[in-house]
Amino acid sequence: MLSIISLSIFGILNLFLGFLKSRQVLLPATLLFLLVALVLNSLDWNDQALYFSDMLRVNNLFVNFSAIVLVTSLFVVGLSRTFGGDDEHTHPAEYYAILLFSIAGALMMIGFENLIMLFVGVEVLSVAMYVLTGTDKRNLRSNEAALKYFLMGSFATGILLFGVAMIYGATGSFKLGGIATYVEVAIRYGSVSPLLYVGLLLLFIGMLFKVSAAPFHFWTPDVYEGAPTIFTAFMSTVVKTAGFAALYKLASVAFGGAYGFWAQTMAIVTVLTLLVGNITAAYQTSFKRMMGYSSISHAGYLLLGVVANVSASPSAILFYSLAYSLATVSAFGVLMVVSEKKLYEGGADERYEAFNGLAKSNPLLAFVMTISMLSLAGIPLTAGFWGKFFIFSAAVQANLTSLLVIAVLMSCVGIYYYFRVIISMYLKPSDENPVIVSNGFKLTLLLTTALTLLLGVFPDLVKNIF
Amino acid sequence: MLTLVLILIPLLVALVLLALRGGAVKRVALIASLAELALAVYVLASFQPDTTSQFSLSYHWIKSAGVQFAIGIDGISVLLVLLSTLLVPLIILSTFNHSYRNPSSFYALILFMQSALVGVFVAKDAFLFYFFFEAALIPIYFIAALWGGENRIKVTFKFFLYTIFGSLFMLLGLVYLYLQTPGTHSSLLTAFYGLNLSASQQGFLFWALFIGFAIKMPIFPFHTWQPDTYVESPTPATMLLAGIMLKMGTYGLIRIVLPIVPEGVQQWGLVAIVLAVIGIVYGSIIAIQQQDMKRLVAYSSFAHVGLMAAGIFSLTLDGLQGSLIQMLAHGINVVGLFFIVEIIFSRTQSRDLTQLGGITQNSPVLSVFFIIMVLGSVALPLTNGFIGEFLLLKGVFTYNTWLGIIAGTTIILGAVYMLRMVQKSMFGLQTTVTEQFTDLNLNEILVLAPLAVFVFWIGLFPNGFLKLTEPAVAELLRAMK
Repeated sequence: MLSIISLSIFGILNLFLGFLKSRQVLLPATLLFLLVALVLNSLDWNDQALYFSDMLRVNNLFVNFSAIVLVTSLFVVGLSRTFGGDDEHTHPAEYYAILLFSIAGALMMIGFENLIMLFVGVEVLSVAMYVLTGTDKRNLRSNEAALKYFLMGSFATGILLFGVAMIYGATGSFKLGGIATYVEVAIRYGSVSPLLYVGLLLLFIGMLFKVSAAPFHFWTPDVYEGAPTIFTAFMSTVVKTAGFAALYKLASVAFGGAYGFWAQTMAIVTVLTLLVGNITAAYQTSFKRMMGYSSISHAGYLLLGVVANVSASPSAILFYSLAYSLATVSAFGVLMVVSEKKLYEGGADERYEAFNGLAKSNPLLAFVMTISMLSLAGIPLTAGFWGKFFIFSAAVQANLTSLLVIAVLMSCVGIYYYFRVIISMYLKPSDENPVIVSNGFKLTLLLTTALTLLLGVFPDLVKNIF
Repeated sequence: MLTLVLILIPLLVALVLLALRGGAVKRVALIASLAELALAVYVLASFQPDTTSQFSLSYHWIKSAGVQFAIGIDGISVLLVLLSTLLVPLIILSTFNHSYRNPSSFYALILFMQSALVGVFVAKDAFLFYFFFEAALIPIYFIAALWGGENRIKVTFKFFLYTIFGSLFMLLGLVYLYLQTPGTHSSLLTAFYGLNLSASQQGFLFWALFIGFAIKMPIFPFHTWQPDTYVESPTPATMLLAGIMLKMGTYGLIRIVLPIVPEGVQQWGLVAIVLAVIGIVYGSIIAIQQQDMKRLVAYSSFAHVGLMAAGIFSLTLDGLQGSLIQMLAHGINVVGLFFIVEIIFSRTQSRDLTQLGGITQNSPVLSVFFIIMVLGSVALPLTNGFIGEFLLLKGVFTYNTWLGIIAGTTIILGAVYMLRMVQKSMFGLQTTVTEQFTDLNLNEILVLAPLAVFVFWIGLFPNGFLKLTEPAVAELLRAMK
């Protein structure tokens, strides 16, 4: 709980640090702030309590999800040395501040006990993301992406709020506990208010939009492609993790009693998400856009964990989010340095071809990218494999056989598009000069890669905690 | 402990090789693989032919999931451990006349591959087995894709996707089995053997597991990746694929499918045998049509592995024993044949039977070795192929006479395509490309001579090998009943 307060204070501090006009201070300061928040977060371990007039629930699930969000943010900030560059018109202090505020929003989404808190968290996170998407001010794509994200996002938030209102109308409560009690009793006596079902659907639609599940995914590829890569990395990891934490809590804690009602709907959404995400990703020519669709497909696997709704679900979702975040951050990190060196149609080259011959020009980056792709594809001895393993195990326990078969088939499609990058790097010739990266950048990438491999060999290291 | 050393030697040396440069790489790789072979021979010599798992080691790897790092050698794995340690030094030696660019990665990948292959054959835990099964795929993919022929990228990608597709279903089957185990779950294979599964569960598990292995071997109709991959890969990779890797599929049938889902095998065994027998005839007929020697040997390998699968599903002692000894024999023969094709290609730049001829006039030594390998491959009595094919066909006959008769055509068809290849390349008039043909050099003889020795050794004294495996196979069949 202290982590949320501290992040908000640090965000304001960061704004004042901007007066120093020194870029050298901002990055280490932000890293330090995040580390402090991470330590404060771990102090909440085994603390079972409600805070802020019962608006926020701190438990181990909250600590775990928050830790994933904070660690991922640390890596994203570690990779962020380039943004702004030497441009007069950029405002790094503001970016870092907004980043910290949005993480505070993510933590609220994870810990909410009251639907109002969920709404506040979603808004804090989303508004920050709208701004960050548009930070590449003179890039038309970035502007378009920000506007698109804002319009679609506020529409979805509206739907979410509408759902909250209806649920309040039906249950007379904003609190998860109160809602759960109502659902249980009402279903037992067969006296469920239709408002509840409508509200539940609207609430889920709002959340599914945030985690970019099909058919609410149309904004994702455009926004991911238009946003500066560093924020795409942030969006596809932190936002997704927080979104799934919230969705899991809604589905399992508040509406666990109505499983029979939402399971079918969510199963259909899962299948659609898996199919749309994977099959469309296979047809992309731009790597960055492929990563956009791939993030949709991973939302599909995570949804599988939500739909399973067994006792193993939360730890499976946690592990999957962690594995996915680590791999995605390294992939976008490599993309950042590779694409900015090359030009294509007047912008950074973000096609698969940009990676041609990277194994020769920079073997380290190629290795980092390979491990990241293997992990996303779910190849054994990477963290991604165990993520899929735990999710599939949960689904087997819930007897979701047909969903599983689709998920397995789609993993095969996933291997196809992830391996295209590996083929480009190792098997295609390149005429480019070596790609040079700074030491801090290298260190961050090596850390994410090492963690991916370590968790691939010893998943117990974190599985015991989750 | 020794088993772990067998896995670690190639793995650690491979890491060392990545740091080495220059001519030393080849020699270090060869020495490491010879050390590995020496250790394997020691293990073989002290192996007790009974039903137990020996040289075992078990360590709780992932406690929360009940996954153990459990390895050991028993009667079913012993010959395959021998196969994968025997062939790798010969494969490495066979590359000495050829310089591959970036040799440190090349030889490191071969040794990584060997480590994973040994791991597959000694794993006693289902998920450990699966890891090694997949881990073997990555190095061979890169060897084939980096040093292969013109179409390598497309062809090897197809191979990769195909096999991953199969193994994902296998994984699903293993996860399902794992969740059926009582208590806190265990993924030990022995824990899977005793599960009480209903007939319908076994039926669907049979297909989930079978498809993974069927693609690896490959069995008709899952074979379409195979000929192109064999042809486009550099010859050392082809040898690894055909000599050792396809045995992962047949081994998996014996180790995983038969004991875990015996009722599923009862239900669907006939379908599997029919597919395998179709593969035998179909592969042989295509082989007869081939002009490209490498492609011809590739199809012959497809036909042979069909017979191994048919023998396994016959569920007879003869069929299983035959398939185990045939895995060893086929590995030896096919590596010899691919090497000879490579020798001919490196001197004439041609593998086309219409352009070759009369090689024997300049190189009698080569033709002697070639004929020995071919005779082993067509199962002439007193050669290694005879023992395996005889037992296999006996097993299939016991299962079903008609299928036995159809499978028996492999002997005739095999002789047709193999002898046709010898006749067209070795005999007849010399052509423009074979006029300057030189006979084998010392390196090449050093590769072929041990292979030829094994062709006759297994052919003349099969009992020593069969005795090693018999108790374990008999126990397996008893447990299935």
